[in-house]
Amino acid sequence: MKVAVTSRGTDLDSEVDPRFGRAAYILIVDSETLEFEVLDNSENANAFGGAGIQAGTMVSDRGAEVLLTGYCGPNAFKTLDAARIKVVNDASGSVKDAVKAFNEGKLSVAKSANVEAHW
Amino acid sequence: MIISIASGKGGTGKTTVATNMAVSIETGVQILDCDVEEPNAHLFLNPIIEKQEAVFTPVPEIDETKCTFCKKCSEICRFKAITVLEKAVLTFPELCHSCGGCVEVCPEDAITETGRELGLIERGRRDNIEFVHGRLRVGEAMSPPLIKKVRSFTRPDITTIIDAPPGTSCPVIAAMKGADFVLLVTEPTPFGLHDLKLAVEAVKILDIPSGLVINRSDMGDSGVKEYAAKEGLPILMEIPFDRRIAETYSRGELMVEAMPEWKETFLKLYNQIKKTAEREEKE
Repeated sequence: MKVAVTSRGTDLDSEVDPRFGRAAYILIVDSETLEFEVLDNSENANAFGGAGIQAGTMVSDRGAEVLLTGYCGPNAFKTLDAARIKVVNDASGSVKDAVKAFNEGKLSVAKSANVEAHW
Repeated sequence: MIISIASGKGGTGKTTVATNMAVSIETGVQILDCDVEEPNAHLFLNPIIEKQEAVFTPVPEIDETKCTFCKKCSEICRFKAITVLEKAVLTFPELCHSCGGCVEVCPEDAITETGRELGLIERGRRDNIEFVHGRLRVGEAMSPPLIKKVRSFTRPDITTIIDAPPGTSCPVIAAMKGADFVLLVTEPTPFGLHDLKLAVEAVKILDIPSGLVINRSDMGDSGVKEYAAKEGLPILMEIPFDRRIAETYSRGELMVEAMPEWKETFLKLYNQIKKTAEREEKE
């Protein structure tokens, strides 16, 4: 299964970036093999607005089924929900740790956004 | 003639100057309260409201039965108000700036326009003064379209006084653009001066003649006056820090009614503005 993880860096030892729309990078990780693809999110991170919507669409386009992040706003959540991507919004530690915790069923899926929209 | 009353810093006395000047002129004048996020000119003018209308801005509505998910609409949208997933199109009406680009580029004619309510326009009068203001819907983030709608009631045959919002961003530009004169109201404090400088820079870009009113002019420091002299910004009026003025304001009354001696001062201010605006027009 492809798992999207927001990341401060470009490898599995990087720390999970708590932000979703404005994360530095998003890693698309294969939860079994731990092979991964790096998405540079700098364009969204510096966007005027709609960063979460754009990041959500990007993650969906890459075929991810789950997102591991720290905070997810309402517009991002609406996009991810429409794309049928499950959202975990209390992930932390390294990307590798977060994927491991997810695999072990230690992380729970959020039912709604956990931060307000930004203007 | 359109006079826009702006400030940079909030709470310096824009509405006090706008309402008192309008009432001093008496006839052939309209006041447009363009501070649609918190209009307050009506508290001092007590106009009789004759008409009320809701204002809408167009936002896209997608017919998913026609959509082929080609993404052209989301690619043209600068504000990410529309996004295309594998089998769904999502719109975010609150982010839409109503440019109509998505409707134009859709090859399937799958997008039509529906409305997002911006707020209300209320129109009325107080004696011979025409009154218009906008009230932004609570939760709405974009005020410029509503401000433009308020300004659409500008009458070219009479004097228009615009009470602008504070700041120097889009709503203020929407309330100043196209005016014949911008009257900047400030106070002689470091905050007043800081925001006045920003406002002056904005007015320069718009290339509109301007002048200054200093409120509570006998307190604070000399920074504003020094800056005005350096910039060649004429000080057209000074209002002292006077307890009676503050009391009048806090009761929602007009200075020119509670202290009629002020009427002449406001008329003099208006005539100076008129003279400057007319001179600029000739040049």
